[in-house]
Amino acid sequence: MTTILRRTSEEPDSGKARPRSSSRRGPSWWVYLLLTLFVLASIFPFYWMFVVGSQDSSAINDVPPAMVPGPNFWDQTLEVFNRVDFGRALLNSMIVATSIAMGQVLFSALAGYAFAKLRFPLKNTLFVFVIATMMVPLQLGVIPQFILISELGWVNDLRALIVPGIVTAFGVFWMRQAFDQGVPDELIQAAKVDGASNIRTFWSIALPVVRAPSAVLGLFAFMFAWNDFFWPLIVLNKQDSFTVQVALRQIQNQAYVTDFGIQMTATVLATIPLLVIFVVFGKQIVGGIMEGALKG
Amino acid sequence: MTQTRALRTKRKKSRNDLSGYFYIAPFFIVFGVFGAFPIVYTAWIALHDWNPIGTQTWVGLDNFTFLVSDPRFWNAVRNTFSIWFISTVPQLLFALILAAALNNALLKWATGYRMSILVPQVTSVLAVGIIFTQIFGREFGLANYLLESFGMERLDWQSGVLSSHVAISTMVMWRWTGYNALIYLAAMQSIPRDLYEVADIDGANTFRKFFHITIPQIRPAIIFTVIISTIGGMQVFAEPLIFGGNSNFTGGSDRQFQTLTMLLYEQGFGRFKFGYASAIAWALFVIILIVSIVNYMITRRISRE
Repeated sequence: MTTILRRTSEEPDSGKARPRSSSRRGPSWWVYLLLTLFVLASIFPFYWMFVVGSQDSSAINDVPPAMVPGPNFWDQTLEVFNRVDFGRALLNSMIVATSIAMGQVLFSALAGYAFAKLRFPLKNTLFVFVIATMMVPLQLGVIPQFILISELGWVNDLRALIVPGIVTAFGVFWMRQAFDQGVPDELIQAAKVDGASNIRTFWSIALPVVRAPSAVLGLFAFMFAWNDFFWPLIVLNKQDSFTVQVALRQIQNQAYVTDFGIQMTATVLATIPLLVIFVVFGKQIVGGIMEGALKG
Repeated sequence: MTQTRALRTKRKKSRNDLSGYFYIAPFFIVFGVFGAFPIVYTAWIALHDWNPIGTQTWVGLDNFTFLVSDPRFWNAVRNTFSIWFISTVPQLLFALILAAALNNALLKWATGYRMSILVPQVTSVLAVGIIFTQIFGREFGLANYLLESFGMERLDWQSGVLSSHVAISTMVMWRWTGYNALIYLAAMQSIPRDLYEVADIDGANTFRKFFHITIPQIRPAIIFTVIISTIGGMQVFAEPLIFGGNSNFTGGSDRQFQTLTMLLYEQGFGRFKFGYASAIAWALFVIILIVSIVNYMITRRISRE
């Protein structure tokens, strides 16, 4: 009964007309005020980055500080590209993040499918192991990881980021849930009855059903890889292998006098790709986080 | 009904799919090589005086005995805990308030609010670091401008222990509050409505309902966020590094905001003492384990009331 009422009252128009009993009342004005404050706090530093990034370097000394974007964004951008090979860094980050996103979706889907739908000895033990590793901070193995990457000759090579990044325990867990909830056993049985092989059942029957959660996993993986900093800082020392985050650090570090204008311009440039993704897929990302919370 | 039963018996009869191992092999191989093996091997390296381009000498537990007597280590422990505490407590409280405000079916622009509060999360940590380093700058920072316009003294945020921790914690808090709020919101939305209706009949007010129904019901979510922010907080690296500007990995001139991962990096990749850095890594691992367990128990008890 109540659920039906809630459903219908979610439409904004019907909400107003409805008589207001205590349990079905819209939020009061102070809730909106509170939320507005939180939104401003979330957005403002972001906006501030555009403001500083588009002023020339001396504007930062102004009292009171400038609060609207200036005209210099383009000049500053050219200056950023002058100081480091920022185009190359953007390209490198794009290569790394895309490869990791695709690899993670593929390998997580494979393992997740096996854990959700196939039967083999030690399956449950192995899955418990996967879950347990989610709790282990993998950064702690960074010294041997570096030794390993040097032995492979992958220092200053994007493979050093991509190969270790293409599998995560979280991805396997996520895709297992997706197959478990999204693909009924009957569907798989039916495919088998029709004579489809395991891999064919996986690829043409099961995988298309979990397109949406796969996409969310891919987005998470992309954003995570784009923002990764600790590991790239260790294995990338040459300009032409820098990712965006390492290039940003370089820009921050190379100036004798701290030049926040240039830093902020570079920060804006480094953030634009994520912003585009967020504007296009924000709703799915929010949904993914909230769904993930219920699974966990 | 009979159909499902038929399927069930059929499934029982079907043999194991040994091909399952092929599906999980990529994960286990890559994870084994680049994840599990390095963690174990770290323990081995920690027992050596290990120079990457020089010699590797067995030293037993020397790295660990040196570690517990190293003031830099304890300084980093203090900084890490302080930053973690100052960032996590307000962060989770704000997230709770935010989630409670968002948890109303009649809220307008609900999607807009949810997306806006997630913007900090999709901003790269370097960007966050650079933006807030500017805001907390000594000369021209926005924070000092605000302090002055309220008639207070401007602060040299970077040089003080507490002030630098507050600045760094603000970055962490800013990035994670919205994310945690969405986790809480998801948990709140799955609380059965009848619980609140019964409370309404009993005449409970909003705050009673919040503390006696909402909080206990979302306990798993609270435990999850506490553990996640513990694991993340103990490894905080980029924010203090960027905040330090050119001071590299020491975290300020007096190491006033050097965290454990920064010390690990400094020893491992600044001075190439791989053995000692590995000992720090293991110490960090043990610390994370202990703190997670303690937090788990505290959170369980608090949110049960």
